[in-house]
Amino acid sequence: MVLDPNEKIDIEDILKDLDKYSPKRKGWTWRNKKDSIVIGDFEYKNCSDSLNNSVPLPSAKYFGSIDPQPDYSITTEIASGRFEDDIRRMRMAAWHGADHIMVIRTAGQSHFDGLIEGTPQGVGGIPITRKQIRAQRKALDLIEEEVGRDINYHSYVSGVAGPEIAVMFAEEGVNGAHQDPQYNVLYRNINMVRSFVDAAESKRIMAWADMAQIDGAHNANATARESWKVMPELMVQHAINSMYSVFSGLKKENICLSTVPPTAPPAPCLKIDLPYAVALREFFGEYRMRAQMNTKYMESSTREATVTHVLNMLVSRLTSADIQSTITPDEGRNVPWHMYNIEACDTAKQTLVGMDDILEMVELKKDGYLKNKTRELKERAVLFMEEIIECGGYFEAVEKGFFVDSGLYPERNEDGIARSIDGGVGANTVYGREDDYFAPVTAHFGNNNIEQYNLKNPSDAIGGCTFENPKKIVYIDELDEKDNVDVRLKENKKFRKTKIIKPEVEWLGDGIVQVEIMLPTGSRTAEFAAIELGKKMNLKDIEVIHKEVMHPAEGTRIQMKGRIDASIDIGKLKIPKEPEILTDDEIRQAVKESPIRIVAGTVGEDEHSVGLREIIDIKHGGIEKYGIKCHYLGTSVSCEKLVDAAIELDADAILMSTIISHDKIHYRNMKLMNDLCIEKGIREKVLIIAGGTQVIPETAVEQGIDAGFGRGTKGRHVATFLVKKLGEADNES
Amino acid sequence: MERKDDFNDRRSHLENLTDEELKSRFWELSERIVRPMIDMAGKYTSPSIERSILLRMGFSSIETKAIVEQTIDRGLMGKGAGHVVYRLSLIKECSIREAGEMLLNGNGWDEVIVSFEERGNKSGS
Repeated sequence: MVLDPNEKIDIEDILKDLDKYSPKRKGWTWRNKKDSIVIGDFEYKNCSDSLNNSVPLPSAKYFGSIDPQPDYSITTEIASGRFEDDIRRMRMAAWHGADHIMVIRTAGQSHFDGLIEGTPQGVGGIPITRKQIRAQRKALDLIEEEVGRDINYHSYVSGVAGPEIAVMFAEEGVNGAHQDPQYNVLYRNINMVRSFVDAAESKRIMAWADMAQIDGAHNANATARESWKVMPELMVQHAINSMYSVFSGLKKENICLSTVPPTAPPAPCLKIDLPYAVALREFFGEYRMRAQMNTKYMESSTREATVTHVLNMLVSRLTSADIQSTITPDEGRNVPWHMYNIEACDTAKQTLVGMDDILEMVELKKDGYLKNKTRELKERAVLFMEEIIECGGYFEAVEKGFFVDSGLYPERNEDGIARSIDGGVGANTVYGREDDYFAPVTAHFGNNNIEQYNLKNPSDAIGGCTFENPKKIVYIDELDEKDNVDVRLKENKKFRKTKIIKPEVEWLGDGIVQVEIMLPTGSRTAEFAAIELGKKMNLKDIEVIHKEVMHPAEGTRIQMKGRIDASIDIGKLKIPKEPEILTDDEIRQAVKESPIRIVAGTVGEDEHSVGLREIIDIKHGGIEKYGIKCHYLGTSVSCEKLVDAAIELDADAILMSTIISHDKIHYRNMKLMNDLCIEKGIREKVLIIAGGTQVIPETAVEQGIDAGFGRGTKGRHVATFLVKKLGEADNES
Repeated sequence: MERKDDFNDRRSHLENLTDEELKSRFWELSERIVRPMIDMAGKYTSPSIERSILLRMGFSSIETKAIVEQTIDRGLMGKGAGHVVYRLSLIKECSIREAGEMLLNGNGWDEVIVSFEERGNKSGS
């Protein structure tokens, strides 16, 4: 199976023969970072190989359509609740530069005692099951071929079924996972003894599968009341999980610290975030950094979230990172939508590439505030550890509420999360291993009496376990007749098997649209007025998802979502053919055979000159280069003057540039130009072409002129039109 | 416990450490915190660990759950659920899958218990 970039991925093809599918590789793949790489006209120092297929940044068209890929792995988190729709989003994200696909689990899975099977729909994520994992890995195996870069697939090894999930992930080629027993203890109230006993097994299994591990320390940022005060504790949490992982068998280069710049504007965030980032990297130099974005202060403004994330990446570039996470900028208001995953990936790519080689030009100071603050944080972390040992160890410290206290350690506010050693989910569920305890499998942690059976490897006892012999894996298809992918695919078949399409943000055919409105009134009134407007637009399930005060009385910006019942049959759409563009040689040849002369200027009271000069000037690739004779009259030229010039020079065409569009002045000038040419009797001899950023070609032609050109027009588009149109006229005469 | 920030008093013994010494101290302390827990992990097992072992032995998630529940009920977790299956396969001279299915049907448990006791006595003598 190979994907065709012009065809949608077929979910039914992915599901076919899934019971027989084996992943094509195991283990994490880092990007192929180059010390120096030339892409287009530029040399990059912090980039990796470009992709075979991708969507470059919008501005790339001014730079030869290059799409440089930063050196860091870029994460996108996917969480729609339907794995089949997530697969489509993964493909979009991969084209925008994501190579770390992090699949969020459905709410409550961490308390589920065992594996879930089948394809039930999830809430805020998918239930992690073998079938869904295998289907997504299979799809990613195809998508990575399409883009030309390995894609790391990632989910969570936590909860009370950690070791089982780890085994399933190892078998199914999952490449990375969150694993940190402290997360279970502090945020999921899972018994601490059970969590640490299970964690050693999970980590050993992950090590066998060469998976990258991400810890859970970033959750303290999101939980603590004043997240910047937990910085010393975060270093302690990172150290506990890192050390525990090393002892469990994980390689340091696969152990990633999940670290978040703890503050955001309007706090002077760099002043707090940067010393912390430096301190962390000084202590944890042998480990990997997974730079997570700040989510603690995220509100419903996607713009604000984006700026915070850009600042987060400034910290990454000024220090270091191996994985750059992205958070969808709409996460503060709804379950992330397709396009916001893409926005976040583009934000990361744009920012990281924009800051390429920044450390060649700027350097962090080695004395003063930064040095002192860094040292202070490190000392506070050491003091924290000393007190853990003084009080009797980690479990005692958790019982006493040491963690997630909002005081800047050693300050204590007595609001930490305290857990009892005998409490929580799964309390008293560990069992001592007897002397003859035995487990006949690979990647088992701890005491395993293989001597009693004279074995070299434990799994020799059974002729190899599933890790050596994947054929032994037992695949379960579905357990629930009503809640599964087949039922869902049947429901939305219309939108997959016909030419009917419907707007969507999360799930195929969900019909959700977003409407942006500015209402000249205060915030609360605007909110309720917007909902009424939504009803008049025939929207259903209307919800205001963002409002922003422009001024308490003058206006409010509203973004709202709603469901629309309409769909479109694209088979019946009348789409005008895309204009054919002649090659440079064809144009040059045509102009040589029948010379073209034009007059040009920016009409009206309009001083914009750049756009027209780019269309005309040889140095910008304008039409002069084809040998077209151009007479440029400048800016703020009257229509009369252009028409007179056309008569005097016997021009074949008038090129009018019109940028200002207030009150539709640009269209009125087009009409005037047409009228003047008719009045002076030259309309049949001269083409009128208008161009400008606000020009819609169809509307321009409605004013009586021959052609309109909008944003993005190049000289060759105009030249092609001139050559073709004048050629037609010659043939007619 | 509520406490004012007494960082300046507490840090006196760290003040004269070089950055390298401070880093070494950080990692020594983390090892001291983690060591007792990792030692404990090697000596204990859990339902999830045993289920993960049975998965690796080629049982389905549904089967692993049932076998481990019965292993707990019969007080055999200290031997290992995978061990129980393996031992029965030795006693019955059958495959791992056949042994597991026997146990799932409630058969073979007593023989495994007797076998563990005998072997235990043997190694004890």
